[in-house]
Amino acid sequence: MSSGPAVPTSPSTPASSPSDGTVVMTAADIARALTRIAHEIVERNKGTHDLVLLGIPTRGVPLADRLAERLAAIDGASPEAQDVVGELDVTMYRDDLHRHPTRTIGATRLPASGIDDKVVVLVDDVLYSGRTIRAALDAISDLGRPRAVQLAALVDRGHRELPIRPDFVGKNLPTSTSERVGVRLHEVDGAGTQDAVVIRPAPAAGEEAGA
Amino acid sequence: MRHLLSTQDLAREDAIRILDTAAQMAATQSREIKKLPTLRGRTVVNLFYEDSTRTRISFETAAKRLSADVINFSAKGSSVSKGESLKDTALTLQAMGADAVVVRHQASGAPHLLAHAGWLDAAVLNAGDGTHQHPTQALLDAYTLRRHLSGRALHAPGASGPDDAAARGADLAGRHVAVVGDVLHSRVARSNVHLLHTLGARVTLVAPPTLLPVGVETWPCAVSYDLDATLAGDAAHGSPDAVMMLRVQRERMSGSGAGGGAFFPNPLEYSRKYGLDARRLDLLPEHAVVMHPGPMNRGLEISAQAADSPRAVIVEQVANGVAVRMAVLYLLLAGSDAPETVAAPAVPEPAGALAAPAPVPSTERVATP
Repeated sequence: MSSGPAVPTSPSTPASSPSDGTVVMTAADIARALTRIAHEIVERNKGTHDLVLLGIPTRGVPLADRLAERLAAIDGASPEAQDVVGELDVTMYRDDLHRHPTRTIGATRLPASGIDDKVVVLVDDVLYSGRTIRAALDAISDLGRPRAVQLAALVDRGHRELPIRPDFVGKNLPTSTSERVGVRLHEVDGAGTQDAVVIRPAPAAGEEAGA
Repeated sequence: MRHLLSTQDLAREDAIRILDTAAQMAATQSREIKKLPTLRGRTVVNLFYEDSTRTRISFETAAKRLSADVINFSAKGSSVSKGESLKDTALTLQAMGADAVVVRHQASGAPHLLAHAGWLDAAVLNAGDGTHQHPTQALLDAYTLRRHLSGRALHAPGASGPDDAAARGADLAGRHVAVVGDVLHSRVARSNVHLLHTLGARVTLVAPPTLLPVGVETWPCAVSYDLDATLAGDAAHGSPDAVMMLRVQRERMSGSGAGGGAFFPNPLEYSRKYGLDARRLDLLPEHAVVMHPGPMNRGLEISAQAADSPRAVIVEQVANGVAVRMAVLYLLLAGSDAPETVAAPAVPEPAGALAAPAPVPSTERVATP
């Protein structure tokens, strides 16, 4: 497990971080964690046969793409990325819709082969209360019947409100509920952005912490 | 958005947001399990003072696909036939806890009254009022047009190959839509003129002068009395990308001796000058589509050949109606009721959700035993 140094490296990210925070994972840490998760997925499932990676928007989707690249590299004969990666929008399954202003609904896209009798690996950036994953499990059961569902998260920050645990974790990050965990990925946040996981103290408005 | 009463006050961003949401809703409707849990526990009342088949069924389907409870109310067979006023009906619905009221009424402005008179807390959706507005019909027409007139679909013949990827986030800028027929009695035409104009399309109304309302020159559209010239592209805006036929609303035409009342001499003459038949279909550019809000008078405003041609998207309009109404119900009902008051104190969203319930159980535990 890569233990990224919890040292504020403020000047290294020039344009993208006006809001200060502690960088807990750098781009290299994220890359290493994803590689390790990919190996763990292969190990757990004894190969990549029948695997489907479903990213949860917004930042779970590029993470799922990156994992798929690594899985293809590990298991040379695996099918091309399009066939194993999908995205799963859980907005309409959330239990907190009436507590927030109306959310925009994202796209749900499944691999052409579907998810029936496959092993689905849900991919999200930050695992927190577990409510997003609860919604994702409901969404999956409306879409098909996978043989198994596993969960990969880049960061597990604790404070679960439901009996849900991840199968693959990039980094366990003990946090206070008042802190905010932000994940920056260049696919989502613009090409000039350095990949990073940042902890910021409470009320500064900014990126979604991922519930 | 609190209510949906008219397309006239709908901003371009809101309209595109509804259409994009409708596209996501439509994608869920090709699944084996079409029901979504989104509006579980919400109650939608269909309040229909006028007869309707597809609008009521469409709203009912949309609400049920989102797991809302649906109560159907039609004026026939209710206390309205005993003389109950709109106000008392509204107060009854309020007492029963309706979250949304879908209203169709023969009087223009009835939905506006329901929304603003303070009788109801529910969201009000206009499903057609008098000869005023029918916003969800215009939205589903715009959604259908956008699928068939964006990207690759703009050059595909007729109704083949809608392009949903290119349609996402797009408007109808530069497209030309001809709206043909009984504009005078048509709330569909009024809603469409404003919505299509907001989305950047050019609209030409084609009708006999007797079936155009007074003041039509103030609407954001062109007017033509000659259908052949408009279809062939001789009118102000060039050849149309879509033709929307309107139903001749004979039930609204008084003195209906020969069928057309005082508005046109007889049905044959109307259909000869303003009906869409196979010959007029051939005047259209290859990619143009044919629309009709239904119910159709086959043989009057549209011939069977035109209605069943591969250019016609009339059946698709009905399917898109469900997706558009799901989108509108979602956008009106799913969010918090008062975003301004909730957004202010909730500092970080997950922390706020955690902090709020914490003190509640302790006081409850003290109070309950």
